[in-house]
Amino acid sequence: MGGLAAVGVEMPIVNETEHQKSRKKSNLLLGAVLGGFVLLVFAITIVKMVDGQNMEAFDHVRRPALEDAK
Amino acid sequence: MTDATTLYGPDRAEFDDYFALLKPRVMSLVVFTAAVGLLAAPVGVNPVIAFASILFIALGAGASGALNMWWDADIDRIMKRTQNRPVPAAKVKPRDAMVMGLWLSVISVGMLGLTANVFAAGLLAFTIFFYAVVYTMWLKRSTPQNIVIGGAAGAFPPMVGWAVATGGVSVESLLMFALIFMWTPPHFWALALFMNDDYTKAGVPMLTVTHGKRETRRQILIYTVLLAPLALAISFTAIGGPVYFGVALVLNALFLKGAWSLWRRPEEAAEADRYATEKSVFRLSLYYLALHFTALLVEAGLRAAQLNWAAWPQWV
Repeated sequence: MGGLAAVGVEMPIVNETEHQKSRKKSNLLLGAVLGGFVLLVFAITIVKMVDGQNMEAFDHVRRPALEDAK
Repeated sequence: MTDATTLYGPDRAEFDDYFALLKPRVMSLVVFTAAVGLLAAPVGVNPVIAFASILFIALGAGASGALNMWWDADIDRIMKRTQNRPVPAAKVKPRDAMVMGLWLSVISVGMLGLTANVFAAGLLAFTIFFYAVVYTMWLKRSTPQNIVIGGAAGAFPPMVGWAVATGGVSVESLLMFALIFMWTPPHFWALALFMNDDYTKAGVPMLTVTHGKRETRRQILIYTVLLAPLALAISFTAIGGPVYFGVALVLNALFLKGAWSLWRRPEEAAEADRYATEKSVFRLSLYYLALHFTALLVEAGLRAAQLNWAAWPQWV
């Protein structure tokens, strides 16, 4: 330690732990936001399916369900 | 390499700093007005779709806030009111703010299109473009009318909310737009009257800087006079009613009285009492908008409960 300090290099051990803590908090919050987004998209999908919206689209083959919808 | 610079430089931005980039206070106003626009519409929306749509509208507003903070970092650094924002305070790198703003714009518009409809998504995209490009990059630093035209960006959210429910535009949504649009100049100019130094230092051509405070006071009165009939006209549309009319009548009388006092007030009197009247008119302007939209929400609630007054005149 004394040798490093003598050449002007500081070892911010305590601050580094604080930095890791705050980064962990940020990561957890970001994870929660992403998890919330996944749940929201899931809920929107369920609502749209329950409401009976057409989930099929043209896929190069004849789809009687799509023709009936028209 | 890990050293003090990389640990405690701009890389160390926390979640809160990124959240602050979204201008949460502006977002709360956007959430409220968009929600009123959506709930006042004559078409019912599934609660999940309504919740998600308002969330994506808020995210779009946040995206434009981040883009604004990226572009305006140089003047935010000068103004006392804004120097603690994440970019001027060196908590978030300008490029990170820009990337976040662009990605959130894409996500919010795309998700609103998938959740609600393409028209609402298009209107949200235009709102973001208007705030970030037309107002922030172009008008803000080039004309004293920056607040007037830029105010349109803040006026779009209730229209987007209405479009989520109806898929279009109508007289009611245009009047909600007009209410915020005409309210913005007197609101911001009342603030500029007592925050003049900040704008002068930053070189932002606010009306107070370019044309002086006397002219600003005159313009506040003109816009308030034009605002009142628009605010009252909403009473006689499908989203208005007696409750809204009563609230609008009182608020517009108070706002007109405030604007009149500002106009009559000499600058020496304002300086003597440290802009007490200007500050009270600015505070009133905050209540003015919040209470108008609360009244529209009450009217929507009364209609849903079928407690509305059938004899109330409706012009459109």
